[in-house]
Amino acid sequence: MYVSLIPMQKTDLYFSPLAQILLFAVGGILFTSLALLTSRLIRPNRPNAQKLTSYESGETPQGLAWIQFNVRFYVLALVFLLFEVEIVFLFPWSTVFANTDLNNQTDGTWGWFAFAEMLVFIVVLAMGLAYVWKMGHLDWIKSQPQSSSYKSPVPARLYEDINKKFQDSTHPKV
Amino acid sequence: MKGLLDQQFENGGVIITKVDDLLNWSRLSSLFPMTFGLACCAIEFMSTGSTVYDMDRFGMVPRATPRQSDVMIVSGTVTFKMADRIKQLYEQMSEPRYVISMGSCSNCGGPYWQHGYHVVKGVDRIIPVDVYVPGCPPRPEALIGGILKLHEKIRSESRMKPTAIEQLMNKESQHV
Amino acid sequence: MSERREQLLSIIREVSHEEITEIPNSTPFGLIIKKEVLSSLCESLYKNPSTYFDMLSCITGVDNGPEAGTMEVIYHLYSIPFNQSLVLKVILPREKAELESIVSIWKTANWLEREVYDMFGIQFNNHPDLRRILMPADWKGFPLRKDYKHEEYYRGVKVEY
Repeated sequence: MYVSLIPMQKTDLYFSPLAQILLFAVGGILFTSLALLTSRLIRPNRPNAQKLTSYESGETPQGLAWIQFNVRFYVLALVFLLFEVEIVFLFPWSTVFANTDLNNQTDGTWGWFAFAEMLVFIVVLAMGLAYVWKMGHLDWIKSQPQSSSYKSPVPARLYEDINKKFQDSTHPKV
Repeated sequence: MKGLLDQQFENGGVIITKVDDLLNWSRLSSLFPMTFGLACCAIEFMSTGSTVYDMDRFGMVPRATPRQSDVMIVSGTVTFKMADRIKQLYEQMSEPRYVISMGSCSNCGGPYWQHGYHVVKGVDRIIPVDVYVPGCPPRPEALIGGILKLHEKIRSESRMKPTAIEQLMNKESQHV
Repeated sequence: MSERREQLLSIIREVSHEEITEIPNSTPFGLIIKKEVLSSLCESLYKNPSTYFDMLSCITGVDNGPEAGTMEVIYHLYSIPFNQSLVLKVILPREKAELESIVSIWKTANWLEREVYDMFGIQFNNHPDLRRILMPADWKGFPLRKDYKHEEYYRGVKVEY
């Protein structure tokens, strides 16, 4: 138990906040391991080579399960992180900005000064955002459907004639 | 360490009986079939799952993967090309697993028995089958009859070690 | 209708100077051609502005048995602009059944010729990917031949009833 400087009775039980977190973690680990252990004791365990293969609709799995993912995820996460840090810097600034004491002492110029400073900070970062936007780093590349480059010798006009012929609901006799 | 469900108990009396009842009841009340429709019988299987013949009231919800399914309803013609995959999928199912062979083709080769060089004459040449449902295709009521037969079979399972007579009678026992 | 046939016949005779025989009483209109002239004839039928056979409907094979000693490959062509069907039949000797592939003209011939190969064993030269399509890859024998006998066991599973 934590030995505090304030006089305590011998019967007091004091859990410091850190100790509470530790107890919580220990309890969580204990609970889940109890559940897993019980199921390990009860369930049947009959592995064989075929059973342990990955499921691929009955085929033998080919290649790795790790695939290449789109790097756009990384780029977007990075940009998000930068602006998130900017927001984090806004919080302590706001406590200083709204300090009525300082404002009164300087007849309001403190407020304007603090505001102008933060504006400069944000403008610098906004220029970065504009750059990222303009250079297309925020675009998500969509795959374009590829049309085949095959040229048919039959002119399209003949197919349109056929379409027109069969367009009426009363089917013409051919 | 062998799990409790893997072992067979000599004596335990009423506790084992009650546990048996509980386990069997819980298994038969939620048999998840693996969607394994191969041919025409699959259509009857689908209509067993839809209204009027509802399969869901037996607790049977079709699962696409063998890992989460309890029963594999082989509905349709089994060709040699498909046979490898059926074997693989059966092996990938986790115990306890059951197989219902639905329709003529998977029971015995069906209408292809004479000239079908590409057809496996009965899926029991590849995997062990618990219940055969005859028909071409069997009506949904027939399939439900087969499912109820499987329920009876599951109800008769036991964690107890089989007595000597029973051991003589069933030399090959697939399920605990 | 028969004037259309005459027109077709004249176009075909222009292209291939070989013997062309008509299949009697066949619907659709059918011709027996020699295998050497198949490729060039198909190409010209495809590109000719008065025929434009732009669709290969089907390729099928026929085995006439060991006594007759021939195998046939039958092509069904269809022209969408002119609504015209045509059948071309090529007769091959049974022992050496091989033919030129027409994949370069109609892409669908890829799978159609694979099926004929799988069922009859007829080789298609210059085919990009000639392998079995219906039977498993390691199946022995060509099932639709008249003298086909299946194996006893395939991969440990009994084939017969």
